[in-house]
Amino acid sequence: MSTATAAHHHDDHPTGIMRWLTTTNHKDIGTMYLTFSLIMFLVGGSMILAVRAELFQPGLQLMQPEFFNQLIGVHALVMIFAALMPAATGFANWMLPLQLGAPDMALPRLNNWGFWLLPPAAILLTAPFILALFGIGDGAIATGWTFYTPLSVQGGIGVDFAIFAVHLLGISSVMGSINVLVTIFNMRAPGMTLMKMPLFAWGWMITAFLLIATIPVLAGAVTMLLTDRHFGTHFFDAAGGGDPILFQHLFWFFGHPEVYILLLPVWGLIPHILSAFSRKPTYGYKAQIYSFWAIGILSVVVWAHHFFTVGLPIPALLYFMYSTMAISLPLAVLFFCWIATMWKGSMTFETPMLFATGWIILFGIGGLTGLILADVAADAQYHHSYFVVAHFHYTLFAGGIMGIMAGVYYWLPKMTGHMYSETLGKLHFWLTAIAFNVTFIPQFFLGLAGMPRRIPDYALQFSEFNMISTIGAFTLGLSQLIMVYNIVRCVRGGKKAEAKVWEGAEGLEWTLPSPPPYHSFTEQPVIK
Amino acid sequence: MIDQEKRAADNKRLAWKLMWVVAGAVLFAFALVPLYNVFCDLTGLNGKTEGLPAAVQKTMKVDESRWVTVEFTSSVMPGLAWNFYPTQTSMKVRPGQIMLATFEAKNMTNETVVGQAIPSVSPSQATFHFKKIECFCFERQELKAGESKEMPLRFYVSPDLPKDIRTVTLSYAFFHAVPTEN
Repeated sequence: MSTATAAHHHDDHPTGIMRWLTTTNHKDIGTMYLTFSLIMFLVGGSMILAVRAELFQPGLQLMQPEFFNQLIGVHALVMIFAALMPAATGFANWMLPLQLGAPDMALPRLNNWGFWLLPPAAILLTAPFILALFGIGDGAIATGWTFYTPLSVQGGIGVDFAIFAVHLLGISSVMGSINVLVTIFNMRAPGMTLMKMPLFAWGWMITAFLLIATIPVLAGAVTMLLTDRHFGTHFFDAAGGGDPILFQHLFWFFGHPEVYILLLPVWGLIPHILSAFSRKPTYGYKAQIYSFWAIGILSVVVWAHHFFTVGLPIPALLYFMYSTMAISLPLAVLFFCWIATMWKGSMTFETPMLFATGWIILFGIGGLTGLILADVAADAQYHHSYFVVAHFHYTLFAGGIMGIMAGVYYWLPKMTGHMYSETLGKLHFWLTAIAFNVTFIPQFFLGLAGMPRRIPDYALQFSEFNMISTIGAFTLGLSQLIMVYNIVRCVRGGKKAEAKVWEGAEGLEWTLPSPPPYHSFTEQPVIK
Repeated sequence: MIDQEKRAADNKRLAWKLMWVVAGAVLFAFALVPLYNVFCDLTGLNGKTEGLPAAVQKTMKVDESRWVTVEFTSSVMPGLAWNFYPTQTSMKVRPGQIMLATFEAKNMTNETVVGQAIPSVSPSQATFHFKKIECFCFERQELKAGESKEMPLRFYVSPDLPKDIRTVTLSYAFFHAVPTEN
């Protein structure tokens, strides 16, 4: 098949719903991933606003503890697997072929399948809420997102729904990762060696390796949980010779690399933005790549720091403490490179740059508070408190989602061909950054004062901080509607974007018109 | 100009190689179960003591130089309607001295029920130094309707117990030994 007929064949793509169901075009699939992610971000956000409303005052006002537990668990699963991961995959689909000078992703049909597993998974996660309204089952999974045994062995049908949702999400992520890896290794433009590749592709490559190595472990663990629940096995049942703690090891063997799976694509895209708006080349390109590798490798050998209080022997505690703290070294290299990229640059602060610089500070707070939690002696106090909740929202909301938002504003004009409203974008940034801190700074203090997480009621002394946190959370949630409006407005029209949207931006994606044609780089560019 | 068919074949080949990595990771997940058990058997990490009576060595000497406090706790898992308590909450013992502790169990239902007690020792460094000569946990225990029973545990703490461990906690969890639907 020659390229000419292939291109002609694909240009007659079906229209309407069939276009989206059958598409193998990386831009279409990227758009679907990003849209799905945005919808699930709002769904997961609504769930946690209900939780914050309950926590506005002490006592039980709005819901029973069982329902509260379901909301926090599904909030986490939705945000991690259905909002943050698909957003990163959406960018990979849209931008990797453009940045690498490839005509499409390497495995287009697998790509389509990878996406269409996500909506059924989202339905499986949330359906038990609806079924419970009709008296079927007792609602969604109520164990928190970690599925800890023995609670998850005893839970209702919500646990089974969540297990199958995780299976689907896992298959989807593994297929997406294989696609990314094959694209990166086989589809680069002639002359683009690995060490000339954009950092976004590098970050995604490590993420993809981590995904194919650890998602199967999660899939295995929840499969064992399923057979323990229904088929009489005793993997995690002490009466039958199993061990409930084994589940925690299996879960966090996946769960800790998962943190870096979520963050590495963001670490890849932020340097592009910092360099573009500082009008300087990226500082320490090679150092950043080596740091990605160091963090990727360290991330699979530190898992037990999530359960220091479970009763590990002292040598194990010391090993996991020091190995966890060692991650801060390559991370510090990255922070240095990000700041050095801006050093003495001629900086301007358009919305992507506001998000990128705000991201450095807030993610830094997330990293430093993680160092405190990694201390075995201190962790005994902080474990399972609101301090942990605040810490991982600084890493995953600020470090993850705000980084993704920086990418949204950076690439939106490229994807749609229109400029978004800079005023609304800046308003969105400031409201998000301020409301985020109003929400989560009080939670650090709550945790230090001893308020445990995952409890719908609390002692009176925690009232004021919880009230402030709830007000912050609602402001944060409502501010996101500004972004939704801004994106919709930008998709539908607006000022035409040039090919090189940002004056200082570098990379192959800016050599194409905005929006890029449906098929781009059918003749691959040659990198000198 | 790039040969499309060759590239498609290359892509397929690399995708299958990566599938082998995924398959390896699935195998690794299931291999972790026996690996974890071996690791725990070697290190006592999960506090599981040996399920067989310990031999008493004739050469063993009682260590009169220190006391070790042995604490007892108990729990009954869901699905078993028994009362189950240690008769004594703690004991002061000399390492090497053979002691007798008892537990009280009462079947609160009106039918015969079989249970199995699972021991766990904390801290885990003490696991292999806690020796049971005779224990109700070595086999299943049957209680008739309303029956109560005193369950004996004859044990000693090995004189090899590290000197820095002054307290050893022994916990028993009683489980229903047959599926609940019977």
